[in-house]
Amino acid sequence: MSQPNIQARIRSNPKFAEMVGKRTRFAIILSFVVLVPYYSFMMITAFNPAWLAQPISEGSIITLGWPIGVFLVVGAWLTTGIYISRANGEFDALNEQILRESAK
Amino acid sequence: MKRSLIALAAGCLLAFAAIAAPGTLEGVQKQPINVSAIAMFLVFVLFTLGITWWASSRNKSTADFYTAGGGITGFQNGLAIAGDYMSAATLLGLTSLVYAKGFDGFIYTISFFVGWPIILFLMAERLRNLGKFTFADIASYRLDQNRIRTFAAFGSLTVVCFYLIVQMVGAGQLIQLLFGLEYTYAVIAVGLLMMVYVTFGGMTATTWVQIIKACLLLGGGTTLMLLAFSRFDFSFTNLFTQAVAAHKSGIAIMAPGKLMADPVSAVSLSLALLFGTAGLPHIMMRFFTVPNAKEARKSVFFATGFIGFFFLVVIILGISSIVIVGQDPQFFEGGVIGGKLIGGGNMPVMHLAKAVGGDVFLGFLSAVAFATILAVVSGLALAGASAIAHDLYARVIKKNQATSAEEMRVTKIASVGIGLVAILLGLLFRDQNIAFLVALTFGVAASVNFPILILSMYWKGLTTRGALWGGIAGLLSAVTLVILSPAVWVKVLGNAQAIFPYDHPAIISMTTAFLVTWLGSVTDKSARASSEADAFEEQYIRAQTGLGAAGAHAH
Repeated sequence: MSQPNIQARIRSNPKFAEMVGKRTRFAIILSFVVLVPYYSFMMITAFNPAWLAQPISEGSIITLGWPIGVFLVVGAWLTTGIYISRANGEFDALNEQILRESAK
Repeated sequence: MKRSLIALAAGCLLAFAAIAAPGTLEGVQKQPINVSAIAMFLVFVLFTLGITWWASSRNKSTADFYTAGGGITGFQNGLAIAGDYMSAATLLGLTSLVYAKGFDGFIYTISFFVGWPIILFLMAERLRNLGKFTFADIASYRLDQNRIRTFAAFGSLTVVCFYLIVQMVGAGQLIQLLFGLEYTYAVIAVGLLMMVYVTFGGMTATTWVQIIKACLLLGGGTTLMLLAFSRFDFSFTNLFTQAVAAHKSGIAIMAPGKLMADPVSAVSLSLALLFGTAGLPHIMMRFFTVPNAKEARKSVFFATGFIGFFFLVVIILGISSIVIVGQDPQFFEGGVIGGKLIGGGNMPVMHLAKAVGGDVFLGFLSAVAFATILAVVSGLALAGASAIAHDLYARVIKKNQATSAEEMRVTKIASVGIGLVAILLGLLFRDQNIAFLVALTFGVAASVNFPILILSMYWKGLTTRGALWGGIAGLLSAVTLVILSPAVWVKVLGNAQAIFPYDHPAIISMTTAFLVTWLGSVTDKSARASSEADAFEEQYIRAQTGLGAAGAHAH
């Protein structure tokens, strides 16, 4: 089976549009989930550092900035986990279906 | 002040540039020969040479050589990527930044980290599905093979060259400090070992060197963190209370300081870190070593986990150093607490190792630092050799007619050549102020390699003319702005005032590259341009589904 034929069949398979659409949307949403908190944090450090300097509880030496920073790092890592669990599961299964159906 | 702080941060972190800056170099004398460090390092070298010997018997084709036959698992590749990213500069530079600035060092660490998820979401699977050996494979996928491939190869070589100088000079300085070995010998040793790894072992050996080193660095760092943290009964309240009491800035280390007070400079720096990383040829090359997109994604997941964990460990190391190193006269020149640290500003973590683990642990950590440099330069040399042999020789000069054996021969010659050039540059740039090379490396990667790469994958309208114009505009603006920046205009050329106020040009040069690429593409009405747009369909389907992607190489 020639490549252009397979390509045309992939393109006309509604599952292809479904997979690409879902995966792209998912990637964009997760990018925002990472970047919006990160740049908000950066803007707070630039324009309202005092907010991050307040203690996490009355009399504590630890300021709010530290747990937020840890949360940003751990959260960013968790989003990669969320992405691959769906991309390597649901999307890849769909992808294999598309390739199988188009190769016939 | 705030600019110089950001410059300091960039210098500390991205390379050993800070060590090489004359200001920090003064008064750094060669240390006595450290026998336990050298012994442990020799064990590492022997072991990795054994792996190289094993790998050399497996390198039968160019695919084996450049991508380890595509047979590296996601977990292994994740460790290797983390190894590429966690350089000795990260360990030394990040801890010293936290040691000196407290919370500001943490902010910087987060900025240095947050690009990884974005690389996963936007690039990982497409890189794997489209690429074979080099990033030029992707950039020139549907564009003019000669012009775009040549340009992309030179983009890679430029970045590799600048980064090699930074690493070699840093290696010489650091080894002189830690091992008591003469600078010249240190540079030659690093260059020769790198040549052996790359020429004989190719990607297989380079990957394993990287994996072993990543494990050593993670293990060593974590052990050191546990030893140091146990001094505070594993209590953050104890740790921070004592750190605030010990630090000359007191409670100010708990809050954002001056580092991010200039948002434009901070954003430019974060763009350079984020997209520069995505445009480093030796990092991109790592995505071709796994069998498929699934494993490529997994590698970023593991890499991100290891890097994030390591960075959090480094933060604790930095804060602990404030208390343990910062109040111990034995680590200051002349025993004056608060004076100049022995060995320079980048040394807190090494002193911490000595304070909590004794001379043997210090030796271990020094050996790990040396191994780290070696692994990073090997990755760089391999990326450079593949640009010369695969892109320039096999594809452009020989028009794809070179046999696998010929290409391999050129690769090996190129690896040796790059090794010699690296040694030469390392010796030539000794005692030079090379801080600007870091800005240049990341500036060029973010403004030349990254725009071409991302647009070729995402934008149907990209044409050869647009990519060339944009790439040249990105290159010229990045280089010009770095020359006009404080790092060169003031510190190297000795002018009073910088013409361009920021050390990192990315905010301007990246925008320029994207704009010019767009303009050059939309005004391109040639027949070639329309056939390039037509070819996008095939590329798009391959990028999304992996249809026709280079597969794992069976042994």
